Amino acid sequence: MSLTTSTILICAGGACISAGEKSVKDAFEEELKKYGLDEAVRIIETGCMGACTLGPIAVIYPDGVFYQKLTPEAAKEIVEEHILKGRIVEKYLYRAPEGKPVPKVHEEVPFFKKQVKIVTRNLGIIDPTKIEEYIARDGYFALAKALQMKPEDVIKEIKDSGLRGRGGAGFPTGLKWEFAAKQKAEKKFVVCNADEGDPGAFMDRSVLEGDPHAVIEGMAIAAYAVGAQKGFVYVRAEYPLAIERLSIALEQAREYGFLGENIMGTNFSFDIEIRIGAGAFVCGEETALMASIEGERGQPRVKPPYPVEKGLWGYPTVINNVETLANVPWIIRNGAKEFRKYGTESSPGTKVFALAGKVKNTGLVEVPMGITLRELIYEIGGGIVGDKKLKAIQTGGPSGGCIPAEYIDTPVDFESLQKLGAIMGSGGMIVMDEDDCMVDVARFFLEFTVEESCGKCTPCREGTKKMLEILEKITSGEGTEEDIEELEKLANVIKDTSLCGLGQTAPNPVLSTLRYFRDEYLAHVREKKCPAKKCKALISYVIDPEKCVGCTACARVCPVQCISGQVRQPHTISQAECVRCGSCIEVCRFGAISKVTPALPVEEAVE
Amino acid sequence: MGKVKSLEELMKIKEQVLKELQLRGETGKRGKITVAMGTCGIAAGAKETLKAIVEALSEYNVSDVSVVQSGCMGLCEVEPTVEVRLEGQEPIVYGRVTPENARRIVKMHILEGRVVEDMVIRRGEA
Repeated sequence: MSLTTSTILICAGGACISAGEKSVKDAFEEELKKYGLDEAVRIIETGCMGACTLGPIAVIYPDGVFYQKLTPEAAKEIVEEHILKGRIVEKYLYRAPEGKPVPKVHEEVPFFKKQVKIVTRNLGIIDPTKIEEYIARDGYFALAKALQMKPEDVIKEIKDSGLRGRGGAGFPTGLKWEFAAKQKAEKKFVVCNADEGDPGAFMDRSVLEGDPHAVIEGMAIAAYAVGAQKGFVYVRAEYPLAIERLSIALEQAREYGFLGENIMGTNFSFDIEIRIGAGAFVCGEETALMASIEGERGQPRVKPPYPVEKGLWGYPTVINNVETLANVPWIIRNGAKEFRKYGTESSPGTKVFALAGKVKNTGLVEVPMGITLRELIYEIGGGIVGDKKLKAIQTGGPSGGCIPAEYIDTPVDFESLQKLGAIMGSGGMIVMDEDDCMVDVARFFLEFTVEESCGKCTPCREGTKKMLEILEKITSGEGTEEDIEELEKLANVIKDTSLCGLGQTAPNPVLSTLRYFRDEYLAHVREKKCPAKKCKALISYVIDPEKCVGCTACARVCPVQCISGQVRQPHTISQAECVRCGSCIEVCRFGAISKVTPALPVEEAVE
Repeated sequence: MGKVKSLEELMKIKEQVLKELQLRGETGKRGKITVAMGTCGIAAGAKETLKAIVEALSEYNVSDVSVVQSGCMGLCEVEPTVEVRLEGQEPIVYGRVTPENARRIVKMHILEGRVVEDMVIRRGEA
């Protein structure tokens, strides 16, 4: 037993690392050494704690005090004050909206209080590079339990739990396993799909970085249930930290005999290899993913046959998403009945969401399904930045759709979101306010799908490109009403005729914005207006001579020198030269500059 | 570490590490032992005292009491000083706590609930 008194848990999730976690950790270490406490106080880098907006964050135990927005100087102060003298350093505490500091966030702040942790239960608690800590939190007990059950009973438990694919499509996991188990074949495979590619989604990355053993254990249980001997984790090349921590975890699992020959003294043998993704969005589609693992170019093929019949090298293959697999050990340990206590009848359990966009508390949250969007955005997410008006919530990334603000009381489950023309998706949730132009949002996602279309089938290769061209025409003020009709027609054809999920769902952002925000499209084509004042071709920046005091701040930041005027005299913007970058609005302290739509006519060049 | 062959072995690993995890202070603690670790305390041997306390707790399988260090309590002449706070009892400060005395405190006060009278420096809140 090592000699530890206090423990400093530092969040080493991707967002906190970007915010400077390493320098904070070094400062903690240096300071502890200075006081000769480096043996008595442990520093542990954990997985993502979820409160990414507040990073870098640390929790000091045994008192469980949560510090946010840390800097190396802050680390120094915390060691001197908190660790040495036991005094809480108030200025680095989380502050409630009413301004009072909260030392123990997990008990008091809705962002933490309203969450239910199944998949993310170890994130921020254990050191992901130490298998012993995973075991201490009941790790590998589910595998031990499963190995004493019959494979069909393991499948029955998962079926009874009602667990559905967390990659976004929501296919019943137990059913998938059952299909695979029934196949007669000399070899079978289990694949973990960690090719998370949706813009703004980072759930799978956080789980792999923060609790890799949960995924390994889930895969081993799946392999035992369906009779597979070999597994692959297909991780994006863009997730180096996840790959590193998963490699360490695999090594440890082999050492302890949870992978390899005769696992835990039984005659079940199973091992896992990491395959690094080819860096294409389409590789997350299961048939393309398999082609990629086999060393081919990652392109989808027609289904059926489904992977459970003919998968990798023609053998039955179960493909599950990271989050789906991370649920499995919990279900086996606690039973299907316990799992069904959370969520709804048709969507049991929890869902991990990556909150992004115009919401105050961006980050990673795990909530019971059936929670309303209102609770998710306003209570857990803390509302909209600057208390602006919510316009829409985008779920499911490039395959998903936008849910307008009036449906804010919709419960979050597979069916309810589908009814609204959106999808659950993998868990990316982008919150949009009044300053977001919905035509522009559709254009952004189409740009992404055009970039990522693999080109194998014509509807997707040519169709998405054509849709993007029309959207660009509309946002640049050249669109007509016929264009909107054309767009809709194209979208429906592409949806029906594409080969794989990428193409079939690529039109969703267009269709859902047309469904709920057609007026914005019409404003763009009829009046050449952009209601959100976002599309550059349709807006102008103007200076109100009444408010302008002639401080020259705007003229000094303008990158194209299009603002002119005498000191202490109202300035003017030359519309012909203005590139609509918005720098002037940001520096004006008098609120004299505003955006107008439609764009002003360009003044005649003065000779 | 060899391969885990049985549930019993897995259980053993869990119990070993759980103690350590719990010392991180998940809720549900019965009490807290504070060792004064100012320069004065360390000079008087507080590090050995601290070590003795942690070892004794581990030896007696006590996992519901946390051990923390603080700065100087201002009782420099009787260092090393140790404060014991158990739920529902007034805090007790012990002075001149050698490693040997530290073991006595753990055994008597923490396990048996009896104050080690001959070492008490202060009772109640400072």
